[in-house]
Amino acid sequence: MITFTINGKKRTYKGLAFKRLIDVLREDFALTGTKEGCGEGECGACTVLVDDLPATSCLIPIGQMQGRAIETVENLGRPDKLHPLQKSFLKHGGSQCGFCTPGILMSASRLQTKKHSGIRKAMAGHLCRCTGYQQIVDSIRNK
Amino acid sequence: MTVLGPRTGSEAVALYEKNPQAIPLAGGTDLMVAWNRGTLNHKTILDLSAVREWRAIAKTETGVLIGSLLPLSELQKDPVIFEKFPLLVQAASIVGAWQIQNRATLAGNIANASPAGDTFPPLVVYEAVVHTVSPHGPRSIPVREVFAGVKKTTLGPGELIASIELPFLKQNPDRQLFRKVGGRAAMTISKTAAAGLLWLKPDGAVKELRFALGSMAPTVRRLRAAEKFVKGKKLTPEIVSEALELLKKDVSPIDDWRSTIEYRLRVSQNLLEAFLLGHVPQR
Repeated sequence: MITFTINGKKRTYKGLAFKRLIDVLREDFALTGTKEGCGEGECGACTVLVDDLPATSCLIPIGQMQGRAIETVENLGRPDKLHPLQKSFLKHGGSQCGFCTPGILMSASRLQTKKHSGIRKAMAGHLCRCTGYQQIVDSIRNK
Repeated sequence: MTVLGPRTGSEAVALYEKNPQAIPLAGGTDLMVAWNRGTLNHKTILDLSAVREWRAIAKTETGVLIGSLLPLSELQKDPVIFEKFPLLVQAASIVGAWQIQNRATLAGNIANASPAGDTFPPLVVYEAVVHTVSPHGPRSIPVREVFAGVKKTTLGPGELIASIELPFLKQNPDRQLFRKVGGRAAMTISKTAAAGLLWLKPDGAVKELRFALGSMAPTVRRLRAAEKFVKGKKLTPEIVSEALELLKKDVSPIDDWRSTIEYRLRVSQNLLEAFLLGHVPQR
């Protein structure tokens, strides 16, 4: 049995220790905001926070999450009360098809810098096939 | 699949001895790719992530000991490593991306023994030492001797990496370089990766050169021929161009879908040339 928190709530998991975190989130806890892109740690779409740090949830066996705090995009804002980053993504066109957006929001939520170069470096692990990235950088800078 | 979860270093050694076929798991950023492809089905995994004693950084009179399970993001934040071993910090900062560095470990990178391991060129120019533990006791191995080939190490059965030691340099180098060349700013496997340290005499002649290339051979390579050739010489354009020819003696790049032999060689030579001619900006 593995215990951890998801979005601040205590959770227990009793299945296989090597199920991937992304699958546990989506299948066992019905948190489908986290998306899977490549499944090999190249696209960043599945990024969630583990103990406040971004991590690709497709590369984490759930067995390593004992005692950890996991945070997903569902905890960032609600439709009636958006996170400042979410508002900024709407305003600056930072999201088009939206598949990469949950992961990008999670990394951006932990970003300390507002410098263009710092944002580009920190966000380099996320692929977006729609926006061309400039709108994403604008959204993060001007939140 | 069986997962073994030791909580201490000695537990890890004991479990590994009983299960010599087990595959050690640290941050999982490479191993999980294999798992997702199904190639680890029915294997036994030795999950080391709960071994807290292997996550520490220790400083001694002569160097820094990096715990095998320390995430690469934490390695970058350490002020002594940042000050004394900037090339390793630069390499750690381009392994995968932020999301990967929060999980990936230095020992995982080493044990994985990819020809393209980005931390290896800095580790070999700093002449790091890998400290291991096993049922036969502890062992200390110069890092370059750990790599035996593509994804192969000289670690024996039951042997686990406990820490990596970086000995302080006797004298600060006059020039240093780390540069990774890949198809993308992050999450990319290197076409070539270079680390260099250069010490000059007061008259401008080379006192010592250490230069290593990754992704240019089955294992990371020091450019022994070029290093030896430039020793005691002033770095004139003629000497540098001879050193660039000698670079080829220590590497054996391959053509693959990622790059070509010619490109890898040319870019590696360009990096060495820029470094030796003093065209690489120093901080």
